[in-house]
Amino acid sequence: MKILVCISKTPDTTAKIAFTEGNTKLDENGIQWIINPYDEWYSLVRAIEHKEKDPTTIIHLVTVGGADVEPIIRKALALGGDEAIRVNLQSNDSFTVASQIAAVAKNGAYDLIFTGKETIDYNSASIGSMVAAILDLPYISLANHFTLNGNDAIIKREIEGGEETNEVSLPVVVSCQKGMAEQRIPNMRGIMAARTKPLHVQEPIACDETTQVMQYELPPAKQGVKLVAPDNMDELVRLLKEEAKVI
Amino acid sequence: MVLVYIDHEDQQLKSSSLEAMSYGAALAKQLGVTAEALVLGTTPATLSDLGKQGASKVHHVAVDTLNHLDVKVNSTVIAEAATQLNATVLIFAHNINGKALAPAVAVKLKAGLVTGASSLPKTENGFIVTKTVFSGKAFASVKIATPIKIIAINQNCYGIHAADNVAEVIPMSFNIPSPSVKMTLVEKVKGELPLTEASLVVSGGRGLKGPENWGILLDLAKELGAATACSRPVSDSDWRPHHEHVGQTGIQIAPNLYIAIGISGAIQHLAGVNRSKTIVVINKDPEAPFFKAADYGVVGDAFEVVPALTAALKNSK
Ligand SMILES: Cc1cc2nc3c(=O)[nH]c(=O)nc-3n(C[C@H](O)[C@H](O)[C@H](O)COP(=O)(O)OP(=O)(O)OC[C@H]3O[C@@H](n4cnc5c(N)ncnc54)[C@H](O)[C@@H]3O)c2cc1C
Repeated sequence: MKILVCISKTPDTTAKIAFTEGNTKLDENGIQWIINPYDEWYSLVRAIEHKEKDPTTIIHLVTVGGADVEPIIRKALALGGDEAIRVNLQSNDSFTVASQIAAVAKNGAYDLIFTGKETIDYNSASIGSMVAAILDLPYISLANHFTLNGNDAIIKREIEGGEETNEVSLPVVVSCQKGMAEQRIPNMRGIMAARTKPLHVQEPIACDETTQVMQYELPPAKQGVKLVAPDNMDELVRLLKEEAKVI
Repeated sequence: MVLVYIDHEDQQLKSSSLEAMSYGAALAKQLGVTAEALVLGTTPATLSDLGKQGASKVHHVAVDTLNHLDVKVNSTVIAEAATQLNATVLIFAHNINGKALAPAVAVKLKAGLVTGASSLPKTENGFIVTKTVFSGKAFASVKIATPIKIIAINQNCYGIHAADNVAEVIPMSFNIPSPSVKMTLVEKVKGELPLTEASLVVSGGRGLKGPENWGILLDLAKELGAATACSRPVSDSDWRPHHEHVGQTGIQIAPNLYIAIGISGAIQHLAGVNRSKTIVVINKDPEAPFFKAADYGVVGDAFEVVPALTAALKNSK
């Protein structure tokens, strides 16, 4: 079993977001970088759980980014995984990133490709579906449970107001979310081992960007909260009806 | 032509798709073209009614195997339909099915894609779409450079608007590729409104102290006809089911009204609800960070305030 796990670097969930250079760039001052939580907690850990059950499993990590992503990919290797591949390209265009991952996936002949359900910076939720489409593979989104039965994967995924179980033959691309695995933290042995695990740097394949970020903007500040006395719920009802007009 | 992908479930067209139709109709008007709809699968819903959201035609691939989401198959059918119909812009709702399908269709049509769009594109000079980024903490304007463009819109960003078209329903047929996945089981929460489709949501946090205290919240939700949600520690402790967990690592919602009860308003929680139109916070701690993100606030004990609010709603009818 060969698993490819996609890893993205994102600002920490508590990061204060600001922009520089005429609102065209994220202000990286004071930002702590983390592994995108969905990539780390759910897809990477689920792959590691599988390897713990079946030690012949090979896990490769792939990331598309500049050299600044390397501490993040080392951190991911400290959790688990055998080798990592960094495609040396910085792009905000989902199609460009997915094309690079698909090229890596094609080379490695993986049985399973895991992504997180989305990244917490661009929130595009597109990479898994695009990789599957480029490779013409089946795709299951928003998976919250995954098991294998021979060459078939049995995957539960979220649907509106419930969940659904699907059976699919490998290879398959899966986007992972809560439920897939239990979050863990790397231990000392993992951190030491990660230092010497292979991290291959690969140049990107040619690809035209289909989209381009022009500018960022912060949302307008809230007007400020209007406080209503706890013994005056009639007033709150009136405000919701007449002012906010939501009920 | 602007082609809007229409999703249906439980014998009805999804409200997020009706919103996408309204958005598509407005964009078509802006571009001076027509807005048409594409429906896959079978549904008893009256498809010509999509005219009420501005569709001039509804293209219908009435094959019941397409009712189930098989991304590989359904995205192929959508891309072929778009090509046959010469669509230049495709609109999806950025909901569970839209998130899975739109990127695959984009690959097949070599189309630039913006997901999580929050308003109509600017089209005077190029084609620029604004989307939410950093989990609702910011917006990005994104230029789409390809001839065909795809937009997946955030729920409740545009609203459902009435138009007075009568849409003509036109059957379409294709050779449907063989399925790539086999659905073996569907488990639905009975009688509950799915959170992502709800326009009113009542949500509870650790301040409610335990699952046995949820009655006051459920009564309020019932009185309002609202769906229920919760903070992450609440679902992690199994006080409430996991599908109610909203936030950065849960479901992201954008209802018209979000009432937060005994929730502190941690940044990861806000990331899931900050696109709500109106936020009401009920918390006994006046320093709770949630008040900064709220429109209306009540500083008080939830165990008194919530039943009083339910009673006030009853009285106001
Ligand atoms: C990476 C990461 C991701 C996360 N993702 C999410 C996520 O998706 N969703 C999420 O919700 N959290 C998430 N969290 C957790 C988040 O940081 C907070 O810990 C969590 O939201 C707090 O939940 P809470 O508000 O219910 O509880 P608390 O923070 O304990 O707040 C309880 C509140 O109830 C109030 N209260 C107490 N008693 C009463 C009373 N009688 N009447 C009225 N008010 C009362 C208190 O004043 C307090 O403000 C995440 C954390 C991390 C690190």
